[in-house]
Amino acid sequence: MANNIKILTEHINTPGIETFEVYRKTGGYNAVEKAIKKMSPDEIVEEVKKSGIRGRGGAGFPMGMKWSFLAKPEGVPRYLVCNADESEPGTFKDHYLMKSIPHLLIEGMIVSSYALGANKSFIYVRGELMYVVRILEKAIEEAKAAGFLGKNILGSGYDLELVVQPGGGAYICGEETALLESLEGKRGNPRNKPPFPAVKGLYQSPTVVNNVESIANTPWVINHGGDEYAKIGIGRSTGTKLISASGHIKNPGVYEITLGLPVDEFMNSDQYLGGVRDGHYLKAVVAGGSSVPILPAHLFYKTANGEDRLMSYESLSDGGFPTGTMLGSGGFIAMDETTCIVRNTWNFSRFYHHESCGQCSPCREGTGWMEKVLHRIEHGHGTMSDIDLLVDVSKKIEGNTICPLGDAAAWPVASAIRHFRDEFEWHIKHPNEATKPGAVFMGAEILA
Amino acid sequence: MSVTFTEDKLKKAQEIILRYPEGRQKSALLPILHLAQEQFGWLSSETMDYVAGLLSITPVEVYEVATFYTMFHLEPVGKHVIEYCRTGPCCTMGGEEVFSHLKTKLGIKANETTSDGLFTLKEVECLAACGWGPCFQIREKYFMHLTNQKVDDIIEELSK
Repeated sequence: MANNIKILTEHINTPGIETFEVYRKTGGYNAVEKAIKKMSPDEIVEEVKKSGIRGRGGAGFPMGMKWSFLAKPEGVPRYLVCNADESEPGTFKDHYLMKSIPHLLIEGMIVSSYALGANKSFIYVRGELMYVVRILEKAIEEAKAAGFLGKNILGSGYDLELVVQPGGGAYICGEETALLESLEGKRGNPRNKPPFPAVKGLYQSPTVVNNVESIANTPWVINHGGDEYAKIGIGRSTGTKLISASGHIKNPGVYEITLGLPVDEFMNSDQYLGGVRDGHYLKAVVAGGSSVPILPAHLFYKTANGEDRLMSYESLSDGGFPTGTMLGSGGFIAMDETTCIVRNTWNFSRFYHHESCGQCSPCREGTGWMEKVLHRIEHGHGTMSDIDLLVDVSKKIEGNTICPLGDAAAWPVASAIRHFRDEFEWHIKHPNEATKPGAVFMGAEILA
Repeated sequence: MSVTFTEDKLKKAQEIILRYPEGRQKSALLPILHLAQEQFGWLSSETMDYVAGLLSITPVEVYEVATFYTMFHLEPVGKHVIEYCRTGPCCTMGGEEVFSHLKTKLGIKANETTSDGLFTLKEVECLAACGWGPCFQIREKYFMHLTNQKVDDIIEELSK
């Protein structure tokens, strides 16, 4: 299989692709025809299992397995909910995909809903993207007019209604049970698990929640088969991944890469990021959204064993937290030598403090303490014991909350101290120098 | 002053309520709060009570939701609400300098409104436009790749 295959973005630059007419001409909605006319729901689930595709929202859980957990009690409706609450700092791939080629998500929603036996499915979009809500609603109207949605789709007797639901501005609603609470018109407080949504989800009915990019892959899987999909990529990282790249690089934007692409090629070739902006050097990378551990440049390019690092779930996490990170949501943030790691870590911790829902004490209190301590270090009032205090607080949050926001808040702080401890110490020892506008510790290892 | 939706908004609200299974009309709460904010600019307690009535839920069920989600304004705001991203990637792209320029230009801090009632500034967290930052949002529109010059142009255009 070609290494440059584009599953999601092949037609994304075709003029008019946001309309039903043009999307259909590029082969769009063929998967709906094939699925509904020639395949049973179970056969589709089987193909998605074979594809090996893993959830693209960040957790990387095998999608087919998630589907197979769905309970199917008689007479109880089942729901598919698409998680389009993309809010992880550094991540803007779903935003790009939905605004550019909305019918791809709609087509994926139809075949996935058919596979799961859902007759009413929801796309929960973060409220700030109200213009995308309107784009999706228009696409739904067009698909309905063409007979691909609504009652008796393509004469099969299968009915499906799609609802686009706007959120209200809350990162926590990207957590699937918080999202379901929000969709029920409540505060976005994550639920205790079990029961898992597959058993008791939306309105206490069996529910699957999948990320936009995951669902957008399903038409290709149906058209070409799960085995073909599994040939793309490397090892257990099958398929392609959208990477949204920001920071100090020449070409910020969203890229569809084949999993297994060497990190060096992604970072430095003109086809992708084009390297660090002119005259500067790479200092650090956050490879998968703000929650994943930050890596200094040398550990980003090479694993601890000296092997070339690849853009895959396994390679990016090689070495565990001491020397590795995670692919996460694909929110890629590059930082050159002008970046103050302390300031950036304080910024991220402020984000998590702001976004904590407040249910669990370790997260509600701990994220606030971390922000406060980081704020005083950044502003020249820190003490040496503050560094260990931060590590201690982060450990007491991690693993002690009912949803992963606690871990997501702890990891950036713990990893920044792990890899850039001398920068924190410099802030504390030299507050006058460190608090000058734009001051950055220059002792960190940098790569040309 | 009694609060009511315009005819158009009321029709839209009724359509939204019908999207959910019977008895699950509370699911319409967030979309209808957005509708209310579109019409009234912000959510007063009278507006929230009105929404509670539309959905046959108690007022407190509306208050607890409106206070949880950051997009809802619980106090009057200016004609244009500028919601700028203060999160890491936008700052990496030069956001801090641009937003300090914006504050100087308008002569207000975050969560304040200009004396002519034209602009309200709000700091928000990541808007999912990181590679196109620095960015802010005014109602539904995103303004991206911001520079001091672009900020000046936008403010001047909106002040006309």
